[in-house]
This record gives sequence, structure tokens and C-alpha cells, in this order.
Amino acid sequence: MKGARKAHATRATAVVGHPVRRKDGLDKVTGAARYIDDLVLPGLLYGTTIRSTISRGEIASVHLDFDTTGFTIVSARDIPGKNVVSLIEADQPSLADGRVEHVGEAILLLAHADKERLLDVRVSIDYRPAAPVVEPELSPTTFKEITIAKGDLGRGFAEADLVVEGEYRTGHQEHLYIETNGVLAVPGDGGITVHGSLQCPYYVHRALCELLSLPERKVRVIQTETGGGFGGKEDYPSVLAGHAALLALKSGRPVKMVYDRAEDMLATTKRHPAIVRHRTGVTRDGHLTAIDIEVLLDGGAYVTLSPVVLSRGLLHATGPYRCDHVRVHGRVVKTNTPPNGAFRGFGAPQTQFAAEVHMDRIGEQLGLDPIQVRERNALRPGDTMATGQRIEANGGALRVLREAARRTRFRQRRRALRGTDRGLGVALFFHGAGFTGSGEVKLRSKATLELTRRGVRVGVTATEIGQGARTVLAQIVATALGIPYEHVEMPPADTSLAPDSGPTVASRTTMIVGRLLELAARDLKRRLRGRTPAESWRAHGPISVTKEYTPPPGLTWDEEQYVGDAYGTWAWACDVAEVELDRDTGIVRPLRITSVADIGRVIHPVMARGQMEGGTAQAVGYALTEEVVMRDGRMANAQLTNYLIPTTADTPEIDVVFVERPYRNGAFGAKGVGELPMDGGAPAIVNALRSLGADVRAVPATPERVLDALSKG
Amino acid sequence: MRTAISRLSLVEPRSLRHALRLMRDEAGLVPLAGCTDLYVALNDGALRATRFLNLWPIEELRVIEPRGPVLFIGALATYSSLIRSADVRRRLPMLVSAAREVGGRQVQNRGTLGGNIANGSPAGDTLPVLAAAEATVVLGSATGTRRVPFTAFYKGYRTTVMRADELILGIEVPEVEGRQWFCKVGTRGAQAISKVVMAAVRAPHPRVALGSVAPTVVRVPKTEAALTGGASVDEARTILMSEIAPIDDIRSTAAYRRHVAGVLLGRFWEQTAAGRPVY
Repeated sequence: MKGARKAHATRATAVVGHPVRRKDGLDKVTGAARYIDDLVLPGLLYGTTIRSTISRGEIASVHLDFDTTGFTIVSARDIPGKNVVSLIEADQPSLADGRVEHVGEAILLLAHADKERLLDVRVSIDYRPAAPVVEPELSPTTFKEITIAKGDLGRGFAEADLVVEGEYRTGHQEHLYIETNGVLAVPGDGGITVHGSLQCPYYVHRALCELLSLPERKVRVIQTETGGGFGGKEDYPSVLAGHAALLALKSGRPVKMVYDRAEDMLATTKRHPAIVRHRTGVTRDGHLTAIDIEVLLDGGAYVTLSPVVLSRGLLHATGPYRCDHVRVHGRVVKTNTPPNGAFRGFGAPQTQFAAEVHMDRIGEQLGLDPIQVRERNALRPGDTMATGQRIEANGGALRVLREAARRTRFRQRRRALRGTDRGLGVALFFHGAGFTGSGEVKLRSKATLELTRRGVRVGVTATEIGQGARTVLAQIVATALGIPYEHVEMPPADTSLAPDSGPTVASRTTMIVGRLLELAARDLKRRLRGRTPAESWRAHGPISVTKEYTPPPGLTWDEEQYVGDAYGTWAWACDVAEVELDRDTGIVRPLRITSVADIGRVIHPVMARGQMEGGTAQAVGYALTEEVVMRDGRMANAQLTNYLIPTTADTPEIDVVFVERPYRNGAFGAKGVGELPMDGGAPAIVNALRSLGADVRAVPATPERVLDALSKG
Repeated sequence: MRTAISRLSLVEPRSLRHALRLMRDEAGLVPLAGCTDLYVALNDGALRATRFLNLWPIEELRVIEPRGPVLFIGALATYSSLIRSADVRRRLPMLVSAAREVGGRQVQNRGTLGGNIANGSPAGDTLPVLAAAEATVVLGSATGTRRVPFTAFYKGYRTTVMRADELILGIEVPEVEGRQWFCKVGTRGAQAISKVVMAAVRAPHPRVALGSVAPTVVRVPKTEAALTGGASVDEARTILMSEIAPIDDIRSTAAYRRHVAGVLLGRFWEQTAAGRPVY
């Protein structure tokens, strides 16, 4: 195998598995890359948003207390189509019409050619306030409820020698992509073109058609260079694009809207807070006999993506463990806070935090060390998960667990640290790659390859958001087609030029879109009959090949019963974190995190490592410092000085190890990597604290919380 | 940016004397130097002023030098220059420690000691050092110069004894006898605003100053008196925890701040004990 890969490396075309130069690297490093705020058009107007200052109530009146000369003003009455942000449910208005459900809800839009005139805008709004619901436990409104059941819980608990219970909590998390949300809407030809910093061009396209009552061909969405997303540009750009488009259509001029950091933090989506309760039956020798889990997610004021976040959260709630008798029940409820949405991990970091801290507590009660209790229960090939999905012959959690324990000399190190202020913690976790259940079937993603004079042009709406999609997809095409990587063109995602290859979310781009391109490239290669693209072009002119997703044979999913193959495949990983605790101040310093991950075949080793390191750093923030302070439904610390992500001084050395077990239905054997690292960091760090005597059951584990836990210990 | 920049004007003085005359002649003129606080306020639209006086080019306010018995530090001395200064390192090492904790390298290169004093945040990193060192603030105006003890400089939350026509020219630090100590506790390893910050001097009459535990930086005379009188550090800690009045805010809780202030007092006392390596 090693020899074979070495041989491949000598051919410039077989670039899968090699750290080729990023397609977007030079432009980003030199500053030539153009982001949304770099775009200026003649006659450009700048847009701004007037937002609700209360959490819930009726709007009694709106007064404009400024000189409105030269302003374009849009309210709900100006919406030509349906006043909704089209996603899963049609419950969220684009602009509040008579009532508001959260602080920051958009009420009025204004645009002016002079950006500074927007600062003079004074709008007074009279409300008839109503009592807001801010605690999810007190919410009377359930957006979605799901139950996953397997076996007979009663029997499982009857077989148990011990029952371990616990409640675990996770807070909001802010994405803090380096570039805030922004779009530019350009009217023309009886339609609209929207350029934007976004992840899912066709989501925005669909939302604009509904809002503006325009046919599909009159709406065009083009992704500009995007400074990060993390899920924060999955659903929200549909809101912002709608606003800019409304202003542009009313004024007949291009309108740009770019949020500043405070507005982005105050108004856009965040990770769902969660309360997770576990009740677990276990035998004296450490085998799980029954798992009963109750999950409550805070959805915020509107449904957005909450049902699918709940679904993914529940499907990951047991952790990567086998058990015959399982019940996982969860609800996502409404509160009068800004809607929560997609965020790297999508429900799984919340539920796996609970599962992994709970697993350490089970081990403690049985006198088993953290590796032992996990080894006994880790999913193995042939085992079935809660939905009945069977683990593939080259899958399961045991391999990464053993590799992490070996590499970190976990037991020895833990013994050596005993009695010091350093602790070691482990988290074993998994992440389903691609859309949940029959999601990929419904998406029916497409990808196109077009021959060019010297190579090939890729037609997808998978977006480059910093993760390296452009590079990885080009590597796959070059390798499958046998042409130089440099001859693969990756144009920006544009709904007028490329088919819908699905949203850039759910760790699906390399595995699913990459696979479509791999198949398209193999098809095209057959049609070239041994000619180079240049030779073929000269002889026959353009050729184009489009592939549409078809599910791999044997995958089944029952949406009603939640039974079957929840995901095409799973990525597996194990984190070991070493931390230092200051027992007097409660300050925790992570010193080193080892992350052993099976993400299938690694397409680009440097960027895959980058995904693991970046996701782990984001998990360090989630674990320790990132706290959204909500006061009466309003984020009180919407500033970078007070919402604290880790600096390099807070980010430990991260040792990434890949265990490559290829997935037969992924591009060249690849699975997903984007979200996986977000799931493990927080429980590994909190379990390290547990080894130091701090019984922490909520994140972020701020110094205040850690001291509290120590004083109770 | 939530401030209309085109409506702001910047006045460039030709000299310090000219700057002081401008301050006398124009009400509402706001001096600026490194702008590290000002730009934050401009960005979030919190600044009302529209006319600014640029002090940055006035070289004589950048001086750091011994003047007789005191060390003079000009108002425009940046954190970076404090860190580099041999005089500051020798005479006021706790100020070097504080300067290293301010923001990142960019802020350290632009931010000034005078700005930190004028901004008057109760969380200002250098302020407990100046309180513990019993520094004097040198204020200048067109009519002359006056000196105010740093501990009498603040009247309340972000309010000072300065007149509208005055500029901070610098501070004078007397010889500090005894071991100096500084510690800042924030939520992350760098670029954090303090939850508690303490500077202290171990001398026959120990001095202890704290930030982020009251509307202004404070000295704690009862705690100091207890330590002077030979009380144990545990007794002193109990006194300290009742002597300060921290609050709950978005950065921390009153209970945490009170506890950590006590922890820092203990560490100060332990780490400056006789026989310990010199700080």
C-alpha cells in the first residue's frame, strides 16, 4: 500500500493524499481576494436594520424621527411575496409585522447612498410588551419532538446492577467567523442578483423566490470569498439577502448590507443551549444494559433548522457505545431569544458532552478507569446503534480509543499526575457524515464537469468558506481524470452557472459532492478515450458531464420510526486532554490535546489537520471561556472584549493522528471531518477536571463554575 | 464604525505650550494619544466629542527619566517603552509586569500610560501599580503645573480631579522600598480585561492596591494596617474581603472577585516573604 502511494506521488496528476497548494491561497495571502465589503458598484446604497429592543410584544406604532430625504424605507408592507424566511417551517417573518418575538428582530429597513447618514436614523417604536419566555424548561411551545427506541428499557434496567443518573448543561456559542454576515443585492432585468458571504447559495435562492415572488430564473445568488462560516452562514444569509433585496428592488439601486460585529453577535444565530439528562443501567463489570436520555434544546424564537439540529443531537446522544435497550427522547422548544441555528456539530457537541462526562461518572462508580469503561462498551464492527444501524467491518470506536490510550500512555500518565494540579481526561466520540436519514436522497445533489481548452471546469455550489473545499474538490477531479491539478478550474459558486450540489454543511462536501465529482470525472475520462482534454477539445469541442446523487445500495431509513441507517457512514475519534488547574482561582489551562481521528481517506493532509486543530480550538473555547450572557433575552456581552474565544496563548499544542479507514462510498474513501473535532474537546477537558476533583457538569467551565465545583467536592 | 468619521476634526498642536493653549481656549476639545481606547468608543458609537487634539507627536511627553529623587514617566510613554526602559525595570518592575498584560503587541505599541490614567477604567492594568507606588500625577495647563497624588486623582467611576483645560504631563514615582508584586486575573491567557488586578509592595508598611473591585482603583488601608500591625495573612485576608465591594457584571461575580482578591493577597504575602528569590 505504502509503495503504491509512493508510486502515485511521482505522477503530478494523482494528488489525492498530497498537500497541494491551496487554490485560494495566493489571493488570500496577497490580499487580492475580494470579500463582500470590497465590492462597490455605481449608485450603491448602504442598508441598515431597525430592530426590536424588547423580547416579546405587539408593535403599537413606529415613528421616523429624522430627515428621511434620500432614504429608501422598507417595512413588511413592501414585501411582494410571502413575508417568510423560507427554510423548514414558514414561521419566521422577514420583517416583523405587528409583533416581535425576540430582541434584535428586524422591523424596518433603511438605505442611503451616504453610509454616515444611516447613523442619524432615529426611529421610535411603541410596544405593548408581553411576558417573554426565556427559560426553555418553562416553554409551552414545542417545535419538534423525536423519540429513538430500541429493545426494552424495563428489561435493560432489570439487568442492571447499578443505575447512574445525571444532568448536564451546555450554553449558547457564538460562531465568530472572522468576516461578519454581509450581502450585496443588485436589481435588474425584472429580477435580483445577490452576492454574499454565505454557505448555501440555493437556500438563499429559494428564500428570495418566495419572499420576492420571483421565478427561479429571475434570481441569481453568487458566493463571494467568505471569511468563515461554521454553520453561521447556513441559515442566516437567507434573512439578510432578503433584506438587501427588498431595499434594492424598492430603490432600483444596488444595496449593500454588512453587519458590524456587535450587530452580528446580537442578531444572528448561535448554538442551541441544551439540558441533557441521563439514566443508565450498568452491570458490575461495566457493561451498559439500558440507556435512557432526555434532551431539551432551546430553539429561540423561530424554528429555523431546530428540528434537524434536534435530530442530529439525539442520533449522537448515546455516544459511540453499544447497548441493547435504549430510549432517547428530545424536544426543541421556543423561547423569546434570537433564533438558534446551525453551528459546527449541529446538536452533537451538546449531547456528546453529556454522554462523555456521564461515562466518566459511570466508570468512577464502578471503579473502572476511563479507558476500561469505554473499552467494554465501544461500538465494534457488527454492533448496532440505537437506530439499528450496523457498524461496518472497518468501523467502530475501539480502534481510535486504543490508539489514543497508547499514544498518550493514558494510564501511566494519569498515575504520574496523581496528587498534582494536572489532570488527564478522555472523550470518545463519533460524527455522522452527510445529511441525516433520507436527507441526501431528498437533496438529490448534482455536480457538473465541463471540458475546457486545457482541462476541466467544476460546476458545483459547494462553497469555499476557508475549509479548503475548492482545493480538495479539485484534487479529487484531477486525480480521477488524470490531469494536472492546475488544470482544474474552480469558479465561484453561482446559481446561474452551477447546479444545486446541496448546502455546504454537515461534513458532506468532500464525501458527497467530492464523490459526485469523482464519478463525473471517471465518466468524462471514458469519454475522452485516452485523449487529453486539449486534444479532445480540438477534435470535438465542449463536453459536459453531470452526476446526480443516488444512495449507496443497502442504505435504509424510516423517518417515522427513526430506524435504519441514520448516516451513510460515521467518522470516529478520541481526544485526550491534559490540563492544569489553579485550585485557588479556578483557572484552567489546557496543556496538550491528542486527537486520534478516523475520517476515512485523507485527501489533503495539511488541511485535514487544520480542520482538526481549528475544531479542537473552537471546542476549547466552548469548554472554558465562551459564555453568551443573556439578560432578558438579549446578549449582554456582544463584544469581542467580553465574549472570549481562546487566543494562541490559550490554545494548547494539538497532536492530530489520522487512522485512515476508507469509506467505499466516499470520494476516494473519504468521510467527513469538518464537525467531528467540535464534539470531543469539551468533554475531554471537563473529564480532566473531574480527575482533579472538580465535578463539573456544565460548559463553559468558567473559573467561577470550577471554583464552585471544587468547593462542593 | 458607528461614528460619522467625516464629521470629526483633528487639531494638530505645534508644541506642548500650544496644546495647552488650545485646551484653554476651546471647550470640548478632547485630547488623544495612542487611540487604543478612543477607537473602541468610535467603533461602537459611544463617543460624543467631535474635535480632538492630537498629542501623539509631542516628544517631550514621551520621556522616561530619573529626576532627582523621582522617576518621571511622560504621559505618552507607551507600554512597549515601559517594558523596554531600564529605569522602569530597575525602579518599578511591577509596572513592567502590568504593561506586559495590556492587550496585544499592537496595543502595547500605541497605548500610553497617560491614556490609561485618563481613561480611568476601574480595570486599568497599570492603575493599581501607580496607587501602590504612591505616584504623583503631574497636570499641566496654560497657567502652570500642579501635582496630585495618584490616590486622590479619581473622584468616582471614570471621573477625576482634572480641570477641563488640563493635560496629564506625566507621573512621578518616588523610590519604592520593599518588594514589588503584581498579578492580573482574567478569563484567558492574553487580551483579557481583568476580573481582579492587584499590585502590592512588601515593606514595613505594606501597600496593596486593587482594580476591578470598586468604581475606581483602590488602596485598602485597613488591610494594610493589619499587615503593618503584624496580623497574620489569614486575618488580613478576612479584612480585605470585607473592605472591598466588588459587583456582579458580565465579566464575573462579586463573590468570585472577593475570593480571588483574598487569594492574591495570600500569594503576594507568600511570594514576597523574606528569603524568597527577589522579584
